[in-house]
Amino acid sequence: MKDLVPERYALAFRLYPYAKSPDQDAASPVRHKVVVVGGGPIGLATALDLGRRGVPVVLLDDHEGAGLGSRALCFSKRTLEICDRLGAAGPMLDKGVQWNLGKVFHDDRLLYAFDLLPETGHAFPAFINLQQPWFEKFLHDAIVQAQAEGAPIELRGRNRVDAVTPATDHVALDIMTPDGPYQLQADWLIACDGARSPLRGMLGLAFDGRVFEDNFLIADVKMKADFPTERWFWFEPHFKSGDSALLHKQPDDIWRIDFQLGWDIDRAKELEPANIRARVDAMLGPDVEYELDWCSIYTFQCRRMDKFRHGRVLFAGDSAHQVSPFGARGANSGIQDVDNLAWKLALVLDGTAPETLLDSYDVERVHGADENILNSTRATDFITPKSPVSKLFRNAVLELAEHLPFARSVVNSGRLSVPCTYDGSVLNGDDHPAMPARTRPGSPCPDAPVADGWLLRRLGRGFVLMAINTDAPECLAAHGVRVPRLALDATPELTARYLGEARRAVYLIRPDQHVAARWESFDESAVAAALARAIGKG
Amino acid sequence: MLITTPNLTKPDETYAALIATHEGLSEAGSHALNARLILILMNHIGNDAVLAEALRLARDPESAQG
Ligand SMILES: Cc1cc2nc3c(=O)[nH]c(=O)nc-3n(C[C@H](O)[C@H](O)[C@H](O)COP(=O)(O)OP(=O)(O)OC[C@H]3O[C@@H](n4cnc5c(N)ncnc54)[C@H](O)[C@@H]3O)c2cc1C
Repeated sequence: MKDLVPERYALAFRLYPYAKSPDQDAASPVRHKVVVVGGGPIGLATALDLGRRGVPVVLLDDHEGAGLGSRALCFSKRTLEICDRLGAAGPMLDKGVQWNLGKVFHDDRLLYAFDLLPETGHAFPAFINLQQPWFEKFLHDAIVQAQAEGAPIELRGRNRVDAVTPATDHVALDIMTPDGPYQLQADWLIACDGARSPLRGMLGLAFDGRVFEDNFLIADVKMKADFPTERWFWFEPHFKSGDSALLHKQPDDIWRIDFQLGWDIDRAKELEPANIRARVDAMLGPDVEYELDWCSIYTFQCRRMDKFRHGRVLFAGDSAHQVSPFGARGANSGIQDVDNLAWKLALVLDGTAPETLLDSYDVERVHGADENILNSTRATDFITPKSPVSKLFRNAVLELAEHLPFARSVVNSGRLSVPCTYDGSVLNGDDHPAMPARTRPGSPCPDAPVADGWLLRRLGRGFVLMAINTDAPECLAAHGVRVPRLALDATPELTARYLGEARRAVYLIRPDQHVAARWESFDESAVAAALARAIGKG
Repeated sequence: MLITTPNLTKPDETYAALIATHEGLSEAGSHALNARLILILMNHIGNDAVLAEALRLARDPESAQG
């Protein structure tokens, strides 16, 4: 029999095998509240977040689990914090390799070392290295756990979306399965179908940006080596295996090596194991024994959609924006999309917030995508200079960096992913001038140790009124939202991160743990007004 | 504000020192030195507005007023 939904790639983990759904035999298309297309990290996290908020969600993917191969590796502190809220961070932290330190080399010289998290008092490290299939598996484990606790999440493997037809109050989908086609309708459709997004194509939407004319060979090698757990980056490495090289440790004695190969290459030839080995041997030296675990060649692009919301279709993750991997801003920014979107969609669905709240998803995450694209474009231009003069200056910076601290700040081997502050967002409310800039409205809350654990855990996943050294009602109800209070006594960390020059503070915090507004003391009408703003009623 | 009025106390000496610094270097070596010099001076200036004006002026000297 003909395979109606052929596999496009091999799987590392089969997570949600195809099972026929009653929807496939329904006389007319069944309507669902939310359909997510794509079961990559972003689709899985979206389904998990919505499901844990009680929103019924159906996820469709044309495969049955996590694809094999080397893609995302570095997951940021903010991603871990979000995954912690989603109940998935524990296993990630256990399995992942934690790191905060990086070293930068030019040729055979160490230029400098850097610490990504020079500050203590955070539950999570700056980064963990974890192979993407494991990241997806742990999200899936958390989905299974959430389902067991009653979260209305349904995953449908080998369900390929072949057509989308937007209508005024829903989106219609044509789906292919091993048992043939069927149709569904969705009140809201979230397209997490990756950088090549077939949905984007079906809707005729553009995805413009820049292609970098360079090829990168990614080799994952298995070896017992005693390199430290640090990110090592070489510009013009002495071992000549590429114009730049990167070495990173992964779990299970696997190391990620990236070589920059240039533009005019013979891909097939470069991928021959003997040629890959020649490069790896030159880098590691003749005596190191290793096995090639997985190798591939990538070219990179930086681009985004004009808008992430198109009526009832919302784009998230790589389908909406794509960056070069320098800075690990791909999956990490997609997870921030999820964080931003899920609570808004949940409030719109239960009628608490107007539909226009979803436009703020577009505005805020386009802002995030632009920041990520700018950062990774600049890193790529520094790593792979595009003209002789750009290379001249790049090498001048590297030469100076060995001796002069100022030049180190200019060296750009990737500005590693940090969460975006939604400056200027329509959802932002009052600010207070005496309080620190890092927690101004729009900022993600920095973690801090508190009496029984960590601040971010205490914030949870709804609106919270955080009162430091001051009083506020135990619970406030306004505009259909219940806002519990979190009363805290100032500690050195809370003072540095939230009070600044102020003696006390009241913070209204959004469900995605970004600051909505802040004051020196509680004022019911001010808080209610800020809350209205933050749910799009302002 | 970028200073465009005479500001060097000993212009001839300073100019000669610049040329002398390049002595004996290949063309590539001189280009590299210039690049390092620009970076060092940019850091010393450190003021975005002044730098932006200097960059613009270097690209298009005719845009100078007065
Ligand atoms: C070499 C490399 C290194 C990287 N390193 C990092 C890193 O260190 N850190 C980081 O954060 N990011 C990194 N990234 C980026 C990261 O891999 C992506 O950002 C991430 O995979 C995006 O997730 P996604 O869920 O949006 O899309 P994808 O992971 O692409 O998932 C899309 C899903 O949609 C499914 N699908 C597609 N079409 C259909 C259809 N018609 N019907 C149903 N399902 C469909 C696909 O099968 C797939 O499961 C790296 C990428 C590369 C290539």
